[in-house]
Amino acid sequence: MTAKDLRNPLKTALGLGSSQSGVGHWWTQRVTAAALVLLGVWFVATVLCLLHADYATAHAAVAKPWNALLLIAFVLTMFWHAVLGLQVVIEDYVHTRWKEVVLLVAIKFLAVLGALASVLAVLRIALTP
Amino acid sequence: MAEFTLPKNSKIQPGKHYPAKDAKNPRTFRIYRWSPDDGQNPRIDTYEVDLAACGPMVLDALLKIKNEIDSTLTLRRSCREGICGSCAMNIDGTNTLACTRAISECASGDVKIYPLPHMQVVKDLVPDLTHFYAQFASIKPWLRTQSPAPDRERLQSPEERKKLDGLYECILCACCSTSCPSYWWNGDKYLGPAILLQAYRWIVDSRDEATGARLDDLEDPFKLYRCHTIMNCTRTCPKGLNPAKAIAEIKKLMVERRSA
Repeated sequence: MTAKDLRNPLKTALGLGSSQSGVGHWWTQRVTAAALVLLGVWFVATVLCLLHADYATAHAAVAKPWNALLLIAFVLTMFWHAVLGLQVVIEDYVHTRWKEVVLLVAIKFLAVLGALASVLAVLRIALTP
Repeated sequence: MAEFTLPKNSKIQPGKHYPAKDAKNPRTFRIYRWSPDDGQNPRIDTYEVDLAACGPMVLDALLKIKNEIDSTLTLRRSCREGICGSCAMNIDGTNTLACTRAISECASGDVKIYPLPHMQVVKDLVPDLTHFYAQFASIKPWLRTQSPAPDRERLQSPEERKKLDGLYECILCACCSTSCPSYWWNGDKYLGPAILLQAYRWIVDSRDEATGARLDDLEDPFKLYRCHTIMNCTRTCPKGLNPAKAIAEIKKLMVERRSA
């Protein structure tokens, strides 16, 4: 007989109780998804317009204020949405607690770095003549 | 990580074959067998049953096997009319009730019968539902009120009562929860479709006064939000209920009570 056998099963089912979170994650995932539908259509259309364009034309297109703004919005939303989605996958499948925590923190670091690098790239194009 | 292969001592071996003698209409049943007492791996035994001398349902065949061919076959059953939920098992690849599943409805060829997936097996077709029932108890499945008890019944309008249709019929057979991949991987914390449908049954009850507390208890990444709308629950429910919709309604209420 193990210590667990002495406990009422209800004790195990209740666990540590509710963390009073999750709804924010769920709602943000859906809002960013809706935003990505619009931003994604704009992004694909913009890239298609630049097919066969030379470097100067592409540079000028990205440098346009509206394009630069939407491009930054697109990459930020994408990294935000990606990190929320990856979090779900890790929570679902990684059952060793320390690995789960390391991965959950690592994807956030990587997403922030990736987002900052993307924003920096767009700003460099937009702000350099 | 989640395990995608069975441990060595769970790998299923070929088992015994019980041929039918002088059968007019034989049908073969392939049934999962495992006993905690003999130290053997699980095995699949095959039984030939004469359908000419057997009732129409899978449960009839199982009981015929137990009564006439192999009395060691272990299974749960009680009402034989789809209201107790005891005989829930995986038949022909789908979780369902043996008593309401007709043998003729099973795909041609052998009828394959396994216990409910991803549960600890007590013996043969009997899964251990201890944690499932404890999870049910954890949502406090009874009317919770704060107002003083009235002198008569707590009333509700026919419209309010209608909201319980499609929910009160749940018999807690566990077919839906054990068909849910999220419940397979995280069943220790995720409540699963059956328990969440039951939770919604009390959340939506116009007489219950603990709606907020019930939502508080469910607001958790694991208890509720492991549901990824896979819909296996709705597809498999032998009572034709829609646990996925009940879970979606809970998620909507979670958003409704906060700022967007």
